[in-house]
Amino acid sequence: MEKILEVKGILKIYPNGVIANKDVSVDIEKNTIHAIVGENGAGKTTLMKVIFGITQPQEGEVFYKGEKINLKSPHDAIEIGIGMVHQHLMLAPDLTTAENMVLGIEPLRGKIFLNIDKAFEVTKKVSQDYGFDIPIDKKIKDLPIGIRQRVEILKALFRNAELLILDEPTTFLTPQEIDVLFNTLKDLKNHGKTIIFISHKLKEVKQIADRITVMSDAKIVTTKEASELTEHDIAYLMVGRDISFERISPPEKMGKPLLSVQNISYINDENVKLLNNVSFDIRESEILGLAGVEGNGQSELIKIITGLLKASEGNIYIKGESIKGLSPRVIREMGIAHIPEDRMGYGVADKTSLEENFIVDRYYKSPFSKIFRLIWKYITNHSRKLIEQFKILTLSSKTTVSSLSGGNIQKVVVARELSSEHEILIAAQPTRGIDVGSEEHVHNLLKNTRDAGKAIFLISADLDEILKLSTRIIVIYNGEIVAEFTDVPKISGKYLGPYMLGVKKQEAAVG
Amino acid sequence: MSPLLRSILSPEFGFAVLRVMTPLLFAALGVAISEMAGSINIALEGIMLVSAFTGVVVSAYTGSLVIALLAGLIAGIILAAMLGYFHLKLKADIILAAIALNMFASGITIFLTFIFAHDKGTTSSLRSLVFPDIHIPVIKSIPILGEILSGHNILTYGALLAVALYYIIIFKTPLGLRIRAVGQNPDAAESVGIDVNRIKLYALLLSGFFGAFGGLYLAMGYVSWFARDMTAGRGFIAIAITTLGGYLPIGTFLASLLFGTVNALAIYIASLQIPSEFVSLIPYLVTVIVLAVYSVQARRKKARKPTKAKEAV
Ligand SMILES: Nc1ncnc2c1ncn2[C@@H]1O[C@H](COP(=O)(O)OP(=O)(O)OP(=O)(O)O)[C@@H](O)[C@H]1O
Ligand SMILES: [Mg+2]
Repeated sequence: MEKILEVKGILKIYPNGVIANKDVSVDIEKNTIHAIVGENGAGKTTLMKVIFGITQPQEGEVFYKGEKINLKSPHDAIEIGIGMVHQHLMLAPDLTTAENMVLGIEPLRGKIFLNIDKAFEVTKKVSQDYGFDIPIDKKIKDLPIGIRQRVEILKALFRNAELLILDEPTTFLTPQEIDVLFNTLKDLKNHGKTIIFISHKLKEVKQIADRITVMSDAKIVTTKEASELTEHDIAYLMVGRDISFERISPPEKMGKPLLSVQNISYINDENVKLLNNVSFDIRESEILGLAGVEGNGQSELIKIITGLLKASEGNIYIKGESIKGLSPRVIREMGIAHIPEDRMGYGVADKTSLEENFIVDRYYKSPFSKIFRLIWKYITNHSRKLIEQFKILTLSSKTTVSSLSGGNIQKVVVARELSSEHEILIAAQPTRGIDVGSEEHVHNLLKNTRDAGKAIFLISADLDEILKLSTRIIVIYNGEIVAEFTDVPKISGKYLGPYMLGVKKQEAAVG
Repeated sequence: MSPLLRSILSPEFGFAVLRVMTPLLFAALGVAISEMAGSINIALEGIMLVSAFTGVVVSAYTGSLVIALLAGLIAGIILAAMLGYFHLKLKADIILAAIALNMFASGITIFLTFIFAHDKGTTSSLRSLVFPDIHIPVIKSIPILGEILSGHNILTYGALLAVALYYIIIFKTPLGLRIRAVGQNPDAAESVGIDVNRIKLYALLLSGFFGAFGGLYLAMGYVSWFARDMTAGRGFIAIAITTLGGYLPIGTFLASLLFGTVNALAIYIASLQIPSEFVSLIPYLVTVIVLAVYSVQARRKKARKPTKAKEAV
């Protein structure tokens, strides 16, 4: 087989001393979909950044179509036909989708002016060609994260690269969108393109990849034909032990309701009703799973419960007390912890250290501070414990969050929230971007939290996760609760599907 | 009607507002365009000073307004280029580099004033040319409005055109799109192959271009000589103006107009029996008050709209 890309002996050490790639060699064959998997911090993104010219390795060579290349910047990579979809989306927030789409290759009018009509036109065209619906003239910052990811993918497809790198492109996509993307990728492959695909969802990897490379601890473990490996094999190669995909046992007994959501409705600025009369309770030692296709009101519901958004109607009670008009801090003090779905937007301040991120919700309390002084010694100790307990891969507790790998940033958020004093946990996509090993770890922690008598509201786009953990499941569609299932062990993802898509509805669950 | 009120309601006052606004508007556009690319340019003071000085001296020696204009522009752009070199190439902090350049500009212009005009204060011994006043045919005969709008220095009209130019560059050209992208998320710009530093440099050079006009106007329109530190903080007020104007063309224009009005008012009040120290305080006081009110409002607005997702992901 002809090789389009050969990577030989890459050594990448970041300025802070982290060895992210060590003696990494891998061949990418032309006309294949090549998956790269590995634990959080294994060095996948780093390797892609080397290939795309964002960062330069200390040692090693890269050959593209048989020729040695020496990329200084993404500009050089784009020139020779390499494209990339980034793990953390690369979009300008105040520009519209169309403007982001044509950035760098702007269509002109009369040689000097930007042809914005043409930009709209091409954006509409790629969106139709690839079956991803996006609004063309809305600012990125006004779009939900799922749509932003679609824009990011379309942006790369639009550039028509010969070698397309996709670094966790499916994180924020719905199952339907993932199918659309996979069809597109297969199509591209049939047209002679080559694709490098990174994901933590091993099911996806098995579904799409021709060849699979496993990375661990900055090194390549192996590269094999996809047909030679099962999901379990891949997981074993990645983490060196067997991973359980089994459902967790139900709680022994549940107590009184801790969180009570009553008749919540929400109408947004554009007068669209995004939530309609949503009601439910969550009890001590219960994990309530919220299943639904993303964009059906989940984000708004979470924000309303955590005080980030005001409901238009209805009320929420924490242990019987209304939270109406209270600030997020007061609500947290009442016993809520929140793992937000958008980790970079709401979860961390990425230019500050792990320590600072760990204490943002508690810095004003003793023993973290006394009167007006932060007690750094205590904070550092506290942070080290969390880093160890949550297996966060970092040089030290003083490292800035932005230099962690994506999955490790997610762990920082999970660690802070689980270690906060809480009785109710709102866990939105808690394992998004986390590798299978750590996912199991987080799941166990959620189980322990539940067994300690706390109430958990689990919102996840990953149905397997919902089915694995939930004591009870409700399904949301178009802002309404359309079904409720109490006998979780008996149901499967297929069974939930029609409710999630609005095809079926249980009358009793509504209202 | 009190004499002060009467004079404020007169067309002359409107005329004075535009006159006073001109250098502020140029400087504000200079600040705005570099801010759009994500660099805070506080070197407008220095840029205006070197342009003002160069314009005066070159015009006195060559007797050519065109050559003086070009020389002044080049001087301002060179200073901006130096800022770019220190910040983008040598990776110096842009604020520190700009402070250094401001001090450098102040010092060197005083030094050279002494060399060329044998005076440490002003170049009044040199015969500087001035940019001409323009009387606009039809408008000039409209009562009141004509008196306010017509008869200004050509650079005052230039400042209005500069607003349009700024708008066109930022919103209608690929360069402007890239400037905005670089300012909002440099990583995103880089990932589509844009050379971030080059774009930032272009924005700084344009900043020097706008600022240079401000300096030229001060020395060769507003008055007809160069005086030490004659910018008198306009480069800093420009930062307040752009913040208030949201870096947008119309906003920057309106904010300049507001500050122009306040400054003109201060000049008018100075004719009354009020301590002059207090009067010269007014524009700065208003700057502080306006910014305070503005930021409180902006925060309220934000608090009301928590749904908006945070910027770059
Ligand atoms: N800019 C940086 N500066 C310093 N260290 C970094 C930087 N970027 C990444 N690292 C470190 O390099 C290692 C590899 O990170 P990388 O992002 O390549 O991992 P990854 O395999 O993509 O992980 P994930 O699955 O979590 O995205 C990690 O230990 C990370 O902390
Ligand atoms: Mg990564």
